[in-house]
Amino acid sequence: MDTLDLLLDGFGNALTPENLLYAAIGVLLGTFVGVLPGIGPAMAVALLLPITYGLDVTQSLIMFAGIYYGGMYGGSTTSILLNTPGESASVMTAIEGNKMAKRGRAAQALATAAIGSFIAGTIGTLLVAFFTPTIADLAVEIGAPSYFAIMLLSLVLVTSVLGTSKIRGFIGLFIGLTIGLVGLDLSTGQARLTGGFLELADGVDIVVVAVGVFAMGEAMWTAAHLRRKPVDVIPTGQPFMGRDDWRRSWGPWLRGTALGFPFGAVPAGGAETPTFLSYITERKLADRKAGDSEFGEGAIEGVAGPEAANNASAAGMFVPLLALGLPVTATAAVLIAALQTYGIQPGPTLMADQPDLVWTLLASLLIGNALLLVINLPLAPLWAKLLRIPRPQLYAGILFFASLGAYSVNQDPFDLALLVIFGGVGFAIRRFGIPVLPLILGVILGPLMELKLREALDLSGGDLSGLFNEGLAIFVYALVVIAIVLPVALGRFRRSQGVPAQDSMEEVDR
Amino acid sequence: MSAANDAVTRPARTVDKAQYGLAAALLIIGVYTIIDARGLTVGFGDPIGPRVFPYLIGSGMVVLSVLLAVATSRGDVAEAEAGEDVDVTSPADWLTVGKLVGILVLNLLLVNLLGWAVTGTLLFAGCAWALGSRTLLRDVLVGAVMSVASWYFFWELGVPLTPGILDGIL
Repeated sequence: MDTLDLLLDGFGNALTPENLLYAAIGVLLGTFVGVLPGIGPAMAVALLLPITYGLDVTQSLIMFAGIYYGGMYGGSTTSILLNTPGESASVMTAIEGNKMAKRGRAAQALATAAIGSFIAGTIGTLLVAFFTPTIADLAVEIGAPSYFAIMLLSLVLVTSVLGTSKIRGFIGLFIGLTIGLVGLDLSTGQARLTGGFLELADGVDIVVVAVGVFAMGEAMWTAAHLRRKPVDVIPTGQPFMGRDDWRRSWGPWLRGTALGFPFGAVPAGGAETPTFLSYITERKLADRKAGDSEFGEGAIEGVAGPEAANNASAAGMFVPLLALGLPVTATAAVLIAALQTYGIQPGPTLMADQPDLVWTLLASLLIGNALLLVINLPLAPLWAKLLRIPRPQLYAGILFFASLGAYSVNQDPFDLALLVIFGGVGFAIRRFGIPVLPLILGVILGPLMELKLREALDLSGGDLSGLFNEGLAIFVYALVVIAIVLPVALGRFRRSQGVPAQDSMEEVDR
Repeated sequence: MSAANDAVTRPARTVDKAQYGLAAALLIIGVYTIIDARGLTVGFGDPIGPRVFPYLIGSGMVVLSVLLAVATSRGDVAEAEAGEDVDVTSPADWLTVGKLVGILVLNLLLVNLLGWAVTGTLLFAGCAWALGSRTLLRDVLVGAVMSVASWYFFWELGVPLTPGILDGIL
């Protein structure tokens, strides 16, 4: 009951006509940017960060909420109407969604994606509201050693669970950690890795890193390999669903939500796994029910389930973000950076110190989610037209807004130079298949980990036992060991059984 | 894992020579991180100090660069990232990338002198041209509208971008 009151207070703060306007602008801009090919939610938030600079904290939180959900929804529109998905979380949606669109059912695919996203996002956000205070209460008790261990676990999971190549995951992580080192040392004030540049004393602005690696890198990489053939966009009308579509969508929406939320809340790489699991589940259920299901020819269940899972996990990521200050996805990392520009440091103390802020954010997420549905269902045909923007102008526009974003941070050309350098890094990691998530988490978590490590070891006078003097820390280290050993052991086991260690994706494509 | 797969699917061992370059770059960064950290002073009563973390990260980077070089020599090939507008099978178009970098560098050199409204226009039109657009006049107009509009937008937000030569006109 307590939670409900607090949430209602949050609504009270967020629901003014002016704030609703900001939410609407956020949703529109977020969807606009998210629909553009090559731009995922993380990049949408990073690119749109500067427009919130002049706003106060509440208004910018409301706008972020709109941008965040808008960016997510835009991504699914792209993957349904274009042949190829832009981000890993939309891969599963694209499989059946694009086939539905090709059969002339684009309107239904977009509708089930939008309504499923709304339902999953709403349930997910409500779950965040009920879980976060409890976890934050517990988290206040967590000492530096356990904190360090939890961050280590998060990095190990993200680095070793995702992607096909562990060495590349760790290379990404260490590049990120190195970038995180740049700047003045927190306790002694000595410059590290600044190369004598005074501009680097405060460290590299995370906005510049994110925009450089995501937007610049993506635009450069695409420029080097631009498809020189016209894109195949499937036209769509106003999204709607028939009675049969509703009947078939309910189950997948709810099951997708149930799968997505827990995966979002633990640091296991966001939406990739739950969308995959949801797809498999719906496919199995449909096969059992009908014998010859529509799967493979555009089944609505295959869009409804993964889309719900995607959005539920996007909501779930707010639990570690708000309760522990721990980002588990690239988007969460950018959101942390955004909050830091307002002097807000997410973490267990935030809930205690500025509860109204947290509740306003959660209420804003619910509002943004509802507005998304109201605004975007009628606008879908318009968004579909965006996909036809000529590619030279599209990528020129991305480079323009990336430069604008980086330049507006300090109005200093130095940041533009950094942007080009990080664009080069972004290009290189795409060329060499290095995952971007460990990199961006390394930038954010590296300095935090160092802080906690030194805090823990200062207390023990430098004795390494200071890292293991909490039960929770030892437990988490055990999980770290399991996370490292288990995949290797499983691989060995499979090989010894004569089963090729193939990617589970192949099963879907058959 | 990909190394094992490639060994099965590709009888002729391919060595991605560019990956040696990446390994070398990582090695240099790792070593530089360690050297840079050696210059830091550790105060009394500070058991850890500012050096330990850079040492850990630098050494990790050195180890990774060696592992990458070994994997590369064994035929490990990168899986380049695909995307909506990306055709990974085509060779890299370095000319376009070079033009884009040139335009971006020109923008950062000139922005304080000419102002964002001017360089933003050049940036957009130049990038569109580099990417193959042949509607130069239209691109310049679109770029001008976007950069002047963004200048006023940020002015309203209380973030003054440089007016440059248009100081007093905007």
